[in-house]
Amino acid sequence: MSDPNKPRFLFPRWANLARPGLALALVGGPLYLVVLAAVALSPKTLNVGYAPEQPVPYSHALHAGQLGIDCRYCHNTVETEAYAAIPPTQTCMNCHAKVRAGSDKLVLVRESYATGMPIPWVRVHDLPDYVYFSHAAHVRAGVSCVSCHGRVDTMEVVWQTQPLNMGWCLDCHRNPDAHIRPPDKVTQLDWKPAGDPAELGRRLREERGINPKVDCSTCHR
Amino acid sequence: MATTSELMDNLAEDPRRRAPLVLGGARFGDVTSSVCGVTEMPKTPRAWWIAFLVSVGMLGVLGAMLVYLISTGVGVWGNNIPVAWGFPIVNFVFWVGIGHAGTLISAVLFLFRQKWRTSINRSAEAMTIFAVACAGLFPAVHIGRVWFAYWLFPLPNQMAMWPNFRSPLLWDVFAVSTYALVSTMFWYMGMIPDLATLRDRAKSRARQIAYGIFAMGWRGSNRHWLRFERAYLLLAALATPLVLSVHSVVSFDFAVSILPGWHTTIFPPYFVAGAIFSGFGMVLTLLLPCRKFFRLEHLVTPRHIENMCKILLATGSMVGYSYVMEFFIAWYGGNAYELFTFKNRALGPYWWAYFIMFSCNVFVPQIFWSQRVRSSALVVWIASLFVNLGMWFERFVIVVTSLSRDFLPSSWGYFSPTWVDILTLAGSFGLFFTLFLLFLRFLPVVAMAEVKSVMPQALHAAEKEGHRPFGDYWPDVPHDEREGGGPSPQEA
Repeated sequence: MSDPNKPRFLFPRWANLARPGLALALVGGPLYLVVLAAVALSPKTLNVGYAPEQPVPYSHALHAGQLGIDCRYCHNTVETEAYAAIPPTQTCMNCHAKVRAGSDKLVLVRESYATGMPIPWVRVHDLPDYVYFSHAAHVRAGVSCVSCHGRVDTMEVVWQTQPLNMGWCLDCHRNPDAHIRPPDKVTQLDWKPAGDPAELGRRLREERGINPKVDCSTCHR
Repeated sequence: MATTSELMDNLAEDPRRRAPLVLGGARFGDVTSSVCGVTEMPKTPRAWWIAFLVSVGMLGVLGAMLVYLISTGVGVWGNNIPVAWGFPIVNFVFWVGIGHAGTLISAVLFLFRQKWRTSINRSAEAMTIFAVACAGLFPAVHIGRVWFAYWLFPLPNQMAMWPNFRSPLLWDVFAVSTYALVSTMFWYMGMIPDLATLRDRAKSRARQIAYGIFAMGWRGSNRHWLRFERAYLLLAALATPLVLSVHSVVSFDFAVSILPGWHTTIFPPYFVAGAIFSGFGMVLTLLLPCRKFFRLEHLVTPRHIENMCKILLATGSMVGYSYVMEFFIAWYGGNAYELFTFKNRALGPYWWAYFIMFSCNVFVPQIFWSQRVRSSALVVWIASLFVNLGMWFERFVIVVTSLSRDFLPSSWGYFSPTWVDILTLAGSFGLFFTLFLLFLRFLPVVAMAEVKSVMPQALHAAEKEGHRPFGDYWPDVPHDEREGGGPSPQEA
């Protein structure tokens, strides 16, 4: 049995000071972790804003914006292929053989043209390999470039404006109306319909029979 | 003259009095010193070290097997189509089943006022928690890509993807995690007064502080006891439905599918009876050596063993009834596939597994009709090993025979475990025994405070003060002949 003269080991009095902190840790700790995980691991945090430095300081704001070159002049496969082509150096040289032919910024372009080695562009919008995304299916359904890539015609350096995560894809596949426009307006990034875009989209979907699917095998084959 | 409680045998049935549950004339102090003595031995016994090193060695084997599995892939196991479930699920159901005795003893028997539970509930609950830990391991590694194990839980995620709420596999996640949580709370909360006892007896500063923190400042005041008893009753009420629900949900993993041999309505009660059967088997396997080695025979008495044997007999017979009824329904139901499956179980390529299962689970417990058998610790211990073996094979028979031959003979197969399967199973026993041995060495193995409440001395003291001891709600048959007259043991 315990010796009555020996004091039992209980929590010392100063331990009471820790009680508010303990309560805060028990309630606030899990809350903090949940919020931290939700914010830090959100695709909006992880993916949006990616703007890698490109080997050639090509400005979409200049070419697509001020000069008004259509997206499809360079990315010419978007209407027929899953993949949106990165133009070969020859496409650049269509103009730059004459225009600013001696510019320092174009050294790499001329070098590539001479040697035949492609310019090592850095991919900005990269989906996982287990996702089968078709540009043709989306463009022909009337989903504009701007829905996924943002106002590229105003970007000096292209950056990722949308999170491109699965939940984001599903949001649109479930409620596509606001993102459907007439196919001839797909590459006009600044185009706005006269009325409610969702109303127009609903009508276009009915007319043209556009029904996005949400089963697994639509994207994961 | 020696009174019954001073002898070491309390098997005699005398309808005029309750058989004593603590023997050898033990008083409160003797209970405390014999239970605390297990953890307070100045030198760790050599036998404990040997058992511990063997267990840790097996735990190491488990770790090595898991590293090999995760770094290589589930192909290292024998599971393959058509037997996609194989050993991991067999082991999962086996360990979850074992985990059922603890809560049955601690919660159901508490609500039914079975006082004999007090000597065995602590260790049975510990066994439960460790068995559930072993069980939880297997589904987690069975999913293949373990780094996605958190997908089992419905967590909001960027893919907007949820587990299938209509799948019993998800119900299983909830059933087993709830069970683990409630059992752990129940176990720990029940231990607080005993941890305080260990704290107060501790000689070294380190032990005082360690037990002091886990005893949460328990001083044994009236207010402490009042709250403790209320919380204990509430947790017992919460845990009681879990005894039935967890293994029912585990049985849904099979019963909800359409596979012949799995798709039967008898599964939930049959699984629960089997779980209690296997759990008590494991309790006996663990307690009989412990009681001998740590000299706790006056606490875990022949009567406790006898009661557990009777439960084994009852649940073993229920399981046997289920086995037979499955055959009857297979014939009576008139479904050719069902009938084939059951014929194939008993007489097909896995007849040997069915034979082991049936003889260990149905025939072996029948020896407990004899009191001579029930009072021989060695025979009971050996029978309990057969129960463990038989219940593992029951799960093997259910999982493997049904999957290996289903509707299409062209897709039949024969499952053979690989060496990784077998060593992983052995390693899970290493985990189980390592945890149990640590429990024996560092925590109070018997619920001292509760045992004292069922001793006659508690009743005397309580009558003097006008209240009844913990767990004793109504006037009872006298505990032994000294009650109502002769001097109480403290005075004698």
